[in-house]
Amino acid sequence: MSDKAGATLSPETVLAEIKRHGVTHIVWLPDSETNWLYLLMKAEPSLRLVGVAREGNACAIAAGLAAGGAKPMILIQNTGLLESGDSLRGWLLGLNIPVVLMVGYRGWTRHGVTRDTAAVYTERFLHAFNLAYYLVESDADAPRIGIAFAAAARTQKPVVVLVGDEYHGFNR
Amino acid sequence: MASIADPGPAMMRTADMLRAFLPHRGDAIVVPGRGGRYWTQLSDKPGLDVPLGDPAMGGHAGFALGLTLARPERRVVLFDSEGDILMSLGILATIAEQRPANFYHFLIDNGCYATTGGQPVPNADRIAYDAIARGAGYPHTYAFADLEPFVRALPAILERPGPVFVALKLVPEIENEPIGRRRRWQTRSREEVLADLHAALGISG
Repeated sequence: MSDKAGATLSPETVLAEIKRHGVTHIVWLPDSETNWLYLLMKAEPSLRLVGVAREGNACAIAAGLAAGGAKPMILIQNTGLLESGDSLRGWLLGLNIPVVLMVGYRGWTRHGVTRDTAAVYTERFLHAFNLAYYLVESDADAPRIGIAFAAAARTQKPVVVLVGDEYHGFNR
Repeated sequence: MASIADPGPAMMRTADMLRAFLPHRGDAIVVPGRGGRYWTQLSDKPGLDVPLGDPAMGGHAGFALGLTLARPERRVVLFDSEGDILMSLGILATIAEQRPANFYHFLIDNGCYATTGGQPVPNADRIAYDAIARGAGYPHTYAFADLEPFVRALPAILERPGPVFVALKLVPEIENEPIGRRRRWQTRSREEVLADLHAALGISG
């Protein structure tokens, strides 16, 4: 976590990490904070965007992509992560799929006081599923995205990157 | 093209339907879904079969879509089930949007949850799955309740560019044995299935 107040995570930084790690497909469901990232990804010829209507579908699609030799990444919000429990269990953990999930951390506050139950349950959910996760809030945290890709490859398991910069850098 | 809205009593059995498909398989990847217990006894290319059993209900179509996108040079044939697709109808819109030309999406519709005792799926007798797929944007959809017209139409169906959706009304073959006493049809673990697929497709790592 950056100590620099007001530091942001730019969508350009995220896209650079995605490209650096050879991602071929982004399986995703938009949330209100990632519009600028969407526009960048859409313009990136090395990426194919696969939009889903419910986040659990993203797990099954990512499993099929990985089974076929592609390198997917999942981009969803924590609300959708909570919805995806059984698909995450069966399609990603059950089939040993090494995929990174970038999860918008709705309701995240640094001080722990939040009225948003999506944030209240997010890390508890990750602990329940024994999923490794890393928090990124600003461009200075970007190397953690690479750590997540390395951990997924090493463990052959899904690994989560929580994006704790919901309300500025991703949407302009 | 037949209509499933008034199909009459289903006359097709799953094993007969799969037997009819077998000569047309070519080098397609086959995800047999709920047809796995029959298909594993018929197939002569197990390396290209992906019988996963039931990793999580409501996901076979998404898994098969992922395969089609990763391997656009090769046909992917899915034998989905109506209980599975009802859990995630939104996937039909995703498939239609991606428009994978190599995706052949067959739906085994026996009207019930056969592996849990045959309880009916919601609105079992009045759903037109081909109409739902067409409405979601699949360019080619079909429905059959009898084996003979299905067998006649199959070569032309497989000549169409995907995504193609084929709803098949099939005779329910209900399992009432306690799960622990049922014959285990899976001869490979899921890890072995995926490792064999990677070997067959020349995927390393």
